[in-house]
Amino acid sequence: MSLEFSAQAKQRIERLLTQYPTAQAALLPVLHLAQEEFGHLPDEALHLVADTLKLPPAHVFGVITFYTMFHRENTGRNELMVCTNVSCMLRGGYEILRHIEDRLGIKAGQSTPDGCFHLVEEECLAACANAPMMICGPDYYLDLTPPKVDAILEDLRRRWREGARQLPTGGSSTGGASGGPGTKTMIGIGPGYKG
Amino acid sequence: MAPATGSAGSDGTATSGWRQLRDVKIVTANFGVPDSHKLATYRTRGGWEAFRKSATMTPAEILDEVKKSNLRGRGGAGFPTGLKWSFVPKEARTVYLVVNADESEPGTCKDRELLAYDPHLLIEGMAIASYAIGCKHAYIYIRGEMMREAKIVQAALDEAYADGLLGKDHAVAGGRTFRFDITLHRGAGAYICGEETALLNSLEGKRGWPRLKPPFPAVKGLFQQATVVNNVETLMNVPQIVQRGGAWFAGLGVGKSGGTRIVCVSGHVKRPGVYELPMGIPLRDLIVDVCGGTPSGLPIKGVIPGGTSMPPLDASELDIPVEFDALMTDARIKDVEIQRGVPFDLGNGRRLKTMAGSGGIVVFDQSTDVVALCARIMRFYAHESCGQCTPCREGTGWLARVCTRLADGDGKPGDVELMGNVANGIAGNTICALGEAAAWPMMGFLTKFRSDFEAKVRKAA
Repeated sequence: MSLEFSAQAKQRIERLLTQYPTAQAALLPVLHLAQEEFGHLPDEALHLVADTLKLPPAHVFGVITFYTMFHRENTGRNELMVCTNVSCMLRGGYEILRHIEDRLGIKAGQSTPDGCFHLVEEECLAACANAPMMICGPDYYLDLTPPKVDAILEDLRRRWREGARQLPTGGSSTGGASGGPGTKTMIGIGPGYKG
Repeated sequence: MAPATGSAGSDGTATSGWRQLRDVKIVTANFGVPDSHKLATYRTRGGWEAFRKSATMTPAEILDEVKKSNLRGRGGAGFPTGLKWSFVPKEARTVYLVVNADESEPGTCKDRELLAYDPHLLIEGMAIASYAIGCKHAYIYIRGEMMREAKIVQAALDEAYADGLLGKDHAVAGGRTFRFDITLHRGAGAYICGEETALLNSLEGKRGWPRLKPPFPAVKGLFQQATVVNNVETLMNVPQIVQRGGAWFAGLGVGKSGGTRIVCVSGHVKRPGVYELPMGIPLRDLIVDVCGGTPSGLPIKGVIPGGTSMPPLDASELDIPVEFDALMTDARIKDVEIQRGVPFDLGNGRRLKTMAGSGGIVVFDQSTDVVALCARIMRFYAHESCGQCTPCREGTGWLARVCTRLADGDGKPGDVELMGNVANGIAGNTICALGEAAAWPMMGFLTKFRSDFEAKVRKAA
C-alpha cells in the first residue's frame, strides 16, 4: 500500500520548503506532518517523506529513530508521558507512575489491551515547579495527586470511547492549546510562575 | 513579587535582606497581564518601542550597549552575549540567528513559561539582535514536546507578519533598510539538541549529533554560515537593554553579571516556582524566604544550583550569591574531587566548584536518599547520550548501572572508586559538554555526600 499526503499537507510542505535553504532542513517538520496525517511512521510513510524531499530513505530512517517523538509503530492512542526525573522524583513522580501502572494494569512501556493508553516513563518535561507532572499530547497535567490522576484517566478514556482520539501531535486535540496562556487543561493548574 | 513573610523554619539563618536589592522585572514584566501573549497587549505595554529606538542606532552601537550591559547567556554556560555576537565575522554574507528554545535540562522550566506568556518580547529581542548581527532569517528551535507553546509562538509570529513587523522593510539608521523573517522549527524529542551544534544539525534535518569545535558556530554554523545561537531568556533581555541602556542593565547586576536572574525552584520547597529575582540573591534567602523552606520542616540536605548537569552544594554551602562567577569561584564552595583529596582541575589551575547553569535549582531535604537521586540523574544522561563518543556512550551507562545497583542495595566494594574513575574518564574526553554534564554531578555527589555512598556499600556487604 502506498501512502499519499492530503492536498492540505502538500500545501504546507510547499510553504515549508520556502523557509529553508535546503530541502533536508524541512525533514523534521515534514516528519511531524506525516505523523499527524498517518498516526505513525511505517515504511510507506518513510519512503513518501524521502521521495517528497528527495532524500535517501536510510537518512530518513536514521532521523526517525534518533528522535523519541517519531513512532514507527501505531500510537493512535493516549500516550501518557510521566516524568520521574529529579524534580518530580522528589515530589512523588515514581508514586504517580506506580499508581497509573496499578490503575491501568500495565507497566511503563506497555499499552492497555484496548489500545486506549500507552504509558511511558519520561525524562524532564520542563514543568519542574509543578511537579509531579505528566503530558498527554499537547496537554500538560500539573501538580498531580493520585485522585487527580484517576479523574484524568477517566476523562481521557471517556473521550477516547467517544472517538475524540488524542492525536499524537496535538493537531486536533480537545485540550486548550489555542486559547493562549490563560486557557488550561481540565486538570492543569496554573503555571509555576509566582512572581 | 510578594512572597509570604520570611519564615525562619529549620534553616534559621535566612534573612529577608535580599529585599534591599533592587527588585526589577525585565523578562517577566508582562506575566499575569491578561492576554499577555497578544501583540495588541504587548504594544500597550510599550512593546516594539525598543526596536524603534534600535532602528535609529547603528548595529555597532547596539552591540556596544549589549557588551556594556554584561548580559550573559541564560542557557547554561553564562557566556557574555555581546562578545558572542562580536565573533560574527565582518565579511560574513549570510548570518543566522537561532533561538535555543529546546529547554530540557532537568530542573529548568523557565523558557516554557516565557514563550507562553510573552512571545512578542522574544520576537522583538530577535528583531534587535538580527539587526545588530546582520541576520535576515532567524529560526526558533522549540522543544518538540512543547506543542501548546509552539502554537502560541506561531500565533504570535503570524500576528507580527500580519502587522508588517516581520517580512517587511524597516527604515534604519543611515538611510538603510532592514527586513527579516522568523521560522518556528519544532524539535522531536532529544535532550542533546539543546547543545548548540547538535541543535544546528537537527535544524538541518539530521540526527542531533554535536559537531567538533572549531569551527565555532559564529564562523561556520547553520548551513555552514555564520550563526549566533542564543537562549530564549537571553534575547528577551535585549529590548530593555536597548531601551534603558547597557549601563542601567549592568547596574542591576553583580560584578560581570548584568540584569536579573530567573530561577526555577523545585523539589523540597513549600513554594516551588519560576521567579525573576535580583542577580546575586543569597541562595539560602531564595530557598527559605522566597520559597518558604522545606515542606517537611527537615533541614536542607543539599541543592542542585543550575540544572542536574551542575555539581550539587551541601547544606554548609548555602550562603553564596546566586550569580555566575560566585558559583564558579566562591571560596566557601568546596572543590569537586576526582577521588578523595584530589581536586578536579579545569585547566590553568582552576578548580571545579559549580555553575549557575540554566537557573534550575533543585532543593532536597534530609530525608532524601542522595544515592538514589544521583542514580536517577545518571540514568538520564545514559538515556540521552547521543552515542558518538565512546567515553560518554559507555561511561554514562556504567555510571547509571553502578549507581543504580548501589542505590538498590546491590553495591559492591570498590563501587565508589569505580564511579569516580569512570566519571574522570569521561570529563574532557568528548565532543560536547554532555560528557561533563554527567561526570561533574557524579564527582560532585561523591565529593559532597561521600559518606552516603560509602554507607550503601557497607550495607550491601
